[in-house]
Amino acid sequence: MNRLRRREAIEGYIGISPWLAGFLVFTAGPLVASFVLSFTDWQITVAPRWVGLSNYVRIFADDAEFYAALKVTFTYVAMFLPLDLTMGIGLSLLLNQKIPGIKVFRTVFYLPVVLSGVSVSLMWMWVLNPDWGLANTLLGSLGIQGPGWYWDPDWALPSVVLMGLWRVGGSAIIYLAGLQNISPQLYEAATIDGAGIWTRLWNITLPLLTPTIFFQLVMELIDAFQVFTAVYVITGGGPLHRTFFYMYYLYRTAFQDFDMGYASALAWIIGVIIMLFTALVFKSSALWVYYESEVQG
Amino acid sequence: MAQSAYRRLYVLSSRTWRDRAVKGVTFALLSLFAGIVVGVPVGWVVLTAFKERLQIFAWPPVYWPNPIRWQNFAEVLQKIPFMRFAANSLFLSVTNIIGRLFSCSIVGYSFARLRFPGRNALFMLLLSTLMLPGQVTLIPTFVVFQRLGWVGTYLPLIVPAFFGHAFFIFLMRQYIMTIPSDLDEAARIDGASTWSVFARVILPLCTPPMVLITVLTFLGTWNDFMGPLLYLSEYDSYTIQLGLNMLRGRFNIQWNLIMAGSLMAMLPCVLIFFLTQKYLIGGIAGVGIKG
Repeated sequence: MNRLRRREAIEGYIGISPWLAGFLVFTAGPLVASFVLSFTDWQITVAPRWVGLSNYVRIFADDAEFYAALKVTFTYVAMFLPLDLTMGIGLSLLLNQKIPGIKVFRTVFYLPVVLSGVSVSLMWMWVLNPDWGLANTLLGSLGIQGPGWYWDPDWALPSVVLMGLWRVGGSAIIYLAGLQNISPQLYEAATIDGAGIWTRLWNITLPLLTPTIFFQLVMELIDAFQVFTAVYVITGGGPLHRTFFYMYYLYRTAFQDFDMGYASALAWIIGVIIMLFTALVFKSSALWVYYESEVQG
Repeated sequence: MAQSAYRRLYVLSSRTWRDRAVKGVTFALLSLFAGIVVGVPVGWVVLTAFKERLQIFAWPPVYWPNPIRWQNFAEVLQKIPFMRFAANSLFLSVTNIIGRLFSCSIVGYSFARLRFPGRNALFMLLLSTLMLPGQVTLIPTFVVFQRLGWVGTYLPLIVPAFFGHAFFIFLMRQYIMTIPSDLDEAARIDGASTWSVFARVILPLCTPPMVLITVLTFLGTWNDFMGPLLYLSEYDSYTIQLGLNMLRGRFNIQWNLIMAGSLMAMLPCVLIFFLTQKYLIGGIAGVGIKG
């Protein structure tokens, strides 16, 4: 028996070895390496030189672009997350109705999720073209003068938010799965007790959906900090640094200026910020996430 | 008892008119949103792709292309090696799919079925990497590949796939956990080894997660921009996304051609999505629940 156990353990380690090796080489190793690199001055062509905390000092003390990038990224997250959450839940409530053709609707709303990359950025660039794009053409036919979208400092960031919200069907599908897990008996009982649509939504649907909301919030939070392609293809960080996303700054510092040490420090700062936010969501979950099993014992 | 059943029936039926109204409103809202949010931008791409150059800058605006200009697609194919880029992307997609199917299934199986010391701790570690922001490892990973002399080749875009992927391993493991272990045990009694149980019993039952991994890996690789941007330098090795980015620069404001190229790049994704949407939507939703 003991020998069988040992054999199973060895086979287990062999079985997970691809992931374990990958974890060491592509995750743990780079994690440590970038931490060490963040204390060096390294212009990739010459050997790294230890500079202690000076990268961090420079970033916090006099790097206006760092603060610009942080501001843009935080503003984006603060705009995108609540909208994605409410629109995602709203859409999922609609997609949960039993009406003819509902499967077609689910498919259509999920379609934007499978389209991404440069082609979608180009699509938005053209749809939101201030002079010849569809959005302003349609607005114009209603007698409304459309904004300059990506080319207007005040509209550039909201335009990127809009692009992100286009994919809200992805969130809605996750919420939909959460909704479908809620027992119909609860609604029936509540209806008999005279609860209206809003009471049911507020007292049954939303509380029971909180575990799904929690999962989705964590995933979207991490994603929202990584906006890159749209910025690279459409705006190049402009106008006036209004779409100067952190990921774009990081890319530019590391792969255009080849200032690897400084970029590593930038990477660690945003990494810690994201992890702090994630931890905050986890900590707060005790207050607002409702797990049915807790009550049922 | 009978009375309460009657009351129940009464209450529920009195609400049917309201239910009908709710359904009607739902249908109207969904159609409206689907049309405006999804249909309009995608439709604009399609229409523009068939227009003549003068029509895209016409005033008053021209919505329908007249004549329909198929020539746009031919011109894109002519001016950039579009098919070459598509073939490169396809090659990367297929190798990534092979790598991930192999690595994720075997790792998922080991986490689900084999007992070894530290299994739970290692699985927690795997889950925690799901939440690790990619920014932090980006630079050193690049440096590693550079030291290996792999920058400028496909290797950095292929090799990592053979070392698994946290989310897909999680997916496989969750799925395998739902397969009754009686099946394994029966095969074991017949003398099957751990790996033949995996290959002959478990794997044939894993179609849904395997399809999901295949489709998501295809979409991820086909649409990936940053990876090829960092690692590929030679024109001939460009992927479709790099090609599209170049198209934007080369065709300047010829939006009909740019949209024709974008449409061609989107087409395989749409096609695969419609063929596999049952697995995709159901599978992704299932993960949200368990997570």
